[in-house]
This record gives sequence, structure tokens and C-alpha cells, in this order.
Amino acid sequence: MSASLEATTREVCAACGRDRTRLMDIVRTLQERLGYIGGDTAAALARELGIHRVEVESMVSFYAFLSHRPQGRIVIRLCNDYLDRMLGADEVAAAFEAELGIRFGQTTPDGAITLQHVPCIGMCDQGPAALVNDVVVTELSSDAARRIVRELRKHGDPARLVTRLGDGNNAHPLVRAMVNNNIRRRGPVIFSPMVRGEAIRKALAITPAEVIRAVKTARLRGRGGAGFPTGMKWEFARAAAGEPKYVVCNADEGEPGTFKDRVILTELPDRVFAGMTIAGYAIGAAEGVLYLRGEYAYLRKYLEDVLARRRADGLLGQQICGRSDFSFDIRIQMGAGAYVCGEETALLSSCEGLRGDPKNRPPFPAQKGLFGRPTVVNNVETLACVTKILEEGPATFCELGSQGSPGTKVLSISGDCRSPGVFEVPFGIKLSEVLALAGGEDALAVQVGGASGQMVAREEFDRTICYDDLATGGSIMVFGPDRNVLEIAESFLDFFIEESCGYCTPCRVGNVLLKERLHRINAGQGESADLDYLQDLAQTVKTMSRCGLGQTSANPVLTTLKNFRVTYNALVRKRTNGLVPAFDLAAAVGAAEALVGRKSEHAHA
Amino acid sequence: MSATVEFTIDGKEIPAQPGQTILEAAQQAGVYIPRLCWCKGLVPHGSCRVCTVLVNGRPQAACTQPVAPGVVVENNTEKVTALRRNIIEMLFVEGNHFCMFCEKSGNCELQALAYRFGITAPKYPYLFPQRDVDASHPDVLLDRNRCILCGRCVRASRDVDGKHVFDFVGRGPHKRIAVNAAARLAETDLKVADKAVEVCPVGAILKKRVGYAVPVGQRQYDQQPIGSDIEAAPAGGR
Repeated sequence: MSASLEATTREVCAACGRDRTRLMDIVRTLQERLGYIGGDTAAALARELGIHRVEVESMVSFYAFLSHRPQGRIVIRLCNDYLDRMLGADEVAAAFEAELGIRFGQTTPDGAITLQHVPCIGMCDQGPAALVNDVVVTELSSDAARRIVRELRKHGDPARLVTRLGDGNNAHPLVRAMVNNNIRRRGPVIFSPMVRGEAIRKALAITPAEVIRAVKTARLRGRGGAGFPTGMKWEFARAAAGEPKYVVCNADEGEPGTFKDRVILTELPDRVFAGMTIAGYAIGAAEGVLYLRGEYAYLRKYLEDVLARRRADGLLGQQICGRSDFSFDIRIQMGAGAYVCGEETALLSSCEGLRGDPKNRPPFPAQKGLFGRPTVVNNVETLACVTKILEEGPATFCELGSQGSPGTKVLSISGDCRSPGVFEVPFGIKLSEVLALAGGEDALAVQVGGASGQMVAREEFDRTICYDDLATGGSIMVFGPDRNVLEIAESFLDFFIEESCGYCTPCRVGNVLLKERLHRINAGQGESADLDYLQDLAQTVKTMSRCGLGQTSANPVLTTLKNFRVTYNALVRKRTNGLVPAFDLAAAVGAAEALVGRKSEHAHA
Repeated sequence: MSATVEFTIDGKEIPAQPGQTILEAAQQAGVYIPRLCWCKGLVPHGSCRVCTVLVNGRPQAACTQPVAPGVVVENNTEKVTALRRNIIEMLFVEGNHFCMFCEKSGNCELQALAYRFGITAPKYPYLFPQRDVDASHPDVLLDRNRCILCGRCVRASRDVDGKHVFDFVGRGPHKRIAVNAAARLAETDLKVADKAVEVCPVGAILKKRVGYAVPVGQRQYDQQPIGSDIEAAPAGGR
């Protein structure tokens, strides 16, 4: 083992206080410096941190952005979700392969560039998109792909690929990204003017219990998708025994087709950080963590700067707003490419420097969360709503939206529509009205709630966006008349197979089995009996899985079986003899037929 | 010991102590809840999902779900049994299980569960994964073909043996058992007498040279189905 590897490992571990729970930060830094986390590095790390090398390997092997094998100094990660492929990602992929002379998953012989696929990176309204290290490149074409490779070969600097800057704070000197916000509709809650510091001052003027009461009166529910009442969550955490308590903001926006948190963090980070601080005051926490998905690493420096300015202005850190009894600070925890970490207990595992495995519940995070302490985990948009509720009072908030779902919802709309982007709409809006706003009126189907949501057919476009009908964390994917909904459902299964943590049987195995049978149907090999098989299997995965990922991963199958039965029926063969063939006899004897030079009479009868 | 929590499983009154899991309370009362990743003396894992019961209609893993007064638990019902059978079948097709020439046959909990559930052949297609065998250790064989990722060896080695010989690497369908060494089991400090070797419910971790010490036909589950011992015990007795 090289002495420099030892020294580097020691230095990086020391910078993180040789704290085992900071393993994510440690391996991210080490990978930046060494290129990958090989066996030697894992062993050195284990010695430094007083753990076992297999624990390091276990953690590293979990995250898509961490590698135990040497890879290029530059890693190109092309998004291959269905929306990006609708925009031409396959042609872009072919251009990258041709120009680099390698296939996906490979590294150029000179060790310079690695090519990989990545699921949704939150740029579906400006795809095809890719990450070149941390740099986001959008609206790619095959020409752009060839140009990117040529430039990287010339100067090797991903930052120089950004030739035009995006709108709003995407052009900020600390961001400098070609990403666009595409804010199409500003509503009265999230995208409304705010006076910095006002919400915190109003919160600190009342008691923590009164803050929680205000959030409860506003009937605020979680904006990440599950819709749990925020005030109740805070009350549980406040009442729970154990110190210290934590506030965690879930910015692991990984649901395919969702990109609204990226825009909120780009344009309104103060609103989010204020919400976290208010949550800290309400539950009695002094520490907050923003868990930022690895794909959004390009926002990190900018967000760190916003935090520094808030500290300088007395809105964060010691004695907030001059109050000697209230201190609260926020740190940013980076993710490393794992959709399941959007599940709140998996996110906490990840924050603890572990594999992103969800935890057993109970206990719930409000009782035993981060490091076993009472913790609230809220979505970015939820916390931004909190700030508004404290600014203007719960009554104003409740006037918006519908009876069961007060307030607004920020939607990320993409796919076959004229104006993809971010829309803040009141809850209770009809899906047809949403489609009209985005210019997607002629849709054949709309996937509401991301890959884990529902595929909604035309006949149901008068349904409403709210917690009691079509619930969504924000993802609205529009599919036009020429799209194949079953092919889309199959692509969602590919996504879940890759992103399942593999902890529980139904999710680890069931999704693979669902994909096998749906693929068979899509290939024209399906039988009518396969539809019952799919229904039973999908229901098993949904019922028996341990966390939200597996409990929703079968939804693409279940909702297409329900809403697009005609499409399935047209694809499967109907048997009149009541027999269910287990395999294709003609194909099975094909090799033997070729050998003897004649057709089997029985196989083709 | 006075029972302070009462609930029902399939209509039967079950006395329990606060803090117990549904699985523990059921076992104490002579009710068998099928399970695979659960193992006496180890922290519950909640991963195989075989012990899933309906608690007031909601699916929960009995091995991790604490008892609560008055809850109505469904265990041995047609609906729950059908779901469990699917899970067991998934485990069979996920790995490469060949009972007829596995030396664990008759002592294997996966095989025993299949018999108890009347599974003769899985309805799912075999996935035939490519998996490694590690025969490097002088006394212990690690055959990943038969591994069901229950994590018993991981927990036993970490929490009982104090060694951390095993852990999971990879995720999703790529998840597998790894050893705490650069390459092979022989390089670890695993000993044949370790708890981690003893707890494997299938034939993934085997002691060498003792495979047929007990003849087939006289093994643990050859005589009566898995779970019979629990069901035979008088209620409240252990």
C-alpha cells in the first residue's frame, strides 16, 4: 500500500474528526482526491475510523456516485429516464459512445473519461441532460455530445462546458449553471415576495407551542408526497424524550419527473432555511441538516453562501435575532446517487454515514430519528410553506386550495406539452386545467406523482390534484397520443429495480419478476393469464414491502392494468383451450430443427 | 410475570408484556408465525417479510411490530398465507436452490417453509443468477447460490461474535454477502464455532465434513413441519 494513500486517508479522516458518522463526507472527499475507493482505501479508512473494511465497502457499494473501481477523472452521467429518451437521449448516448469509442459503463483506455447512465437528474423540462462530474449540461443533441467530448479532450475542465447561463440565480457567480428555472406560474405561497427574517421574528415572538398550533391551524401537510400533517409531526418530536433533537430538510428530490425543489432551492433558499429554523424553534432543536441529492452538488457552494449570510445577519447560528435562548445552525449533507434516500428513514441512515437502507418503523423519526434522537424530516416545499404561514398567518394560507388540502402545490410538468416547467397552482385544480396551463391538452395519459404514482387516462382528466384524489409530490409527466403507456410502465420498473435497496424480499425480487412479465407482454409474447399473474404479483410487492419504495413501485403496473386494460388486452394472446403455455415450443426446438434440417411436425401443429 | 397487554391473533386472545413484538408474544402463546430472517438472540431484521401479519388490516412485520392493546392480528388466514407463499417462492427463484443435492436438506428453514406452505414448484420463472462460492476457509463453506440475504450471519458476527466477518454489499438485485477481507473467507477471523456459522437458515454457510452426520430422513424437519414445536408447546410455556 502506498504511503501517500495512507497519508491522504488520515488527513481526510482527521478533517472530519475521525467521526464514523461522517463517512459519506469522507468517502466523497477521498474519491475526489483518489478517483475511487478501492480495497486498499477501504482498509486504510477502516483503520482510521476504528471500523471494519467490509463496513466501508458495504456503504460505498450502495451509492451510484461512489466507485470501488478506478474510473475516469471525468465521469459523464447521461440521464436515461423515459422523458429524456423522449427528447432524444438515445441519439445523444450513441453520439457519446461513438465519439469516446467506449460503451456505457466503460472508461476510455487513457483513463480520462467514464461514461455512465443515471436515472432522473431533475432536468426533465430541459433534457436530454447529463452530469459531467458536478456540472449539469442540458438540452443535449448528438452534435452537443460530440462537442462536449472534443472540448473535454482539449481542456479537461467540465466547468468550461457551460457556455450560456440559465435564468435567475442559475447565473449567480457561485452557481454558474446552464440550468433554467422555467417558472411558468407563480402562486401566492412559494413564489411570492418575502421580507427576509420576518417569519423568524414573528415565530420568536410567540411560544414554540403556538408556532406548532399555527402550522396545525393552517392544516399544512407534507409536500413530498406522503402528505403527513406537519404540525402533528412537530408535536410528536417536541414531546419525544431525548436530546439533542434534529430538523432535517429532505432535498433528495429523486422521484422521476420532479424538479420543483431544485427551483425552490435556487430561487428561494432563504424561505427554506427560515422554515428549518422555525421548525428548530418549535421542536427544540439546535441543529438542522439539509440533505442535498448528489445530482444537485452544483448548488452546494451557493447554498453554503446563503447559510453564511444568514449567520452574518443573525438569522442563523448563535442567539438568533438576539435571543439568548435560541441557537440553531444548518449543515449541508450531500447524497451520492440513491433514489431510496428520499425515503425519510433511508435518508437518516445516509446522514449517519451508512448504507441508505430504510429503518424499521416503529420507532418513527419523531421519536427516534437521526442518531436515535427525535427528528423531524420535512420536504423543501413544506418548509417553504411554513415560512409563509408564519409571515401571513394560517388563515390566509387556509383560504387557498381545497377543504382537505389547503395552500398551493408546486408542480414539475414535463413530457409532451408546450410549456414544460414549474407551476405553482392551488390544490383542488383539475388535471385538465393543469394540462391546459402547460399546453398538454391532447395527452393520451398523464403519470401523476412520478414513477411511483398513477398513470391516469383521458377519461379521468377531470380528477383533481389534492391529497384526497390525485396526490403528488409534484411530478406530472404528460404523454401524447403516440406514446406507448406499457413501454413507459416497463421503463419505470427498470428504474425501481436499479434503485431498490435490496433489503426486503418483495421489492428486491418482485420488481425483477414484474419487469420480466411486462416485458414479455410488450414483446408480444404475453398470454391473457399473464394479466392475473401481474395483478397478484404487483399486489404482493405493494402489500409486503418494507418501505415506501416497494409499496409504490408496482403502481405503474397496477394503475395501467386498471386504466389501460384495453391496451393490455390488445397485446396478449387469448387461449380458447384453457391451457397456459409455460414456454414457446416452436422457439425451444428451433436449434434442434436447424441441426436435423427439418421442421418439427408437433411444434408447429 | 403478569401480562399487561392483550390482543388477538386470528380471534385467539394473546397475553403479552409491553415491549414484546407480535412474533415473540405469539410464540409464547403457542402460535407460530412463519419467519426466516428472525433468529432467537439476534436483533430483528424485518427483511424477509415472511412474518408479515395484518394488524388492524395493515401489513406489518410481526418480528419488528410491538404489541399494542386490543389490536386485531391476522396470521393464518387465506389472504396472508397467499402473500407469504409468494414471498417464499420469490426466494426460491432468486437464488440457485437445489434441495435434492443440498446437504442442508431436511434442516433448511426455506425448504421446510416450502413444505409447510405446500409449494411443490414456484410459479415464478427462475432467475438463475451467477453467484460465487468461497471454499477457502478450512472449516466453513460460503455458497452464495443458496443465500437468501436474511442477514443472520451479519448480525450474529457483529453482535454476538463481536467480529463483523460479514456484511452486505451492492443494492437491489446486485446485493450480496461480502466478507471482511480483501478477497476470501479464509482471510477473516471466522471460526467454525462462531454464532455466525450456526445461524444460517439455508445452505449458504456450511460446516465442512459434517454434512451427512445425520442421515436424510432423520433431520429436524423430516419428521414434522417447521413451527410444530411452537404449536405443540402449552400456551404461556416456553
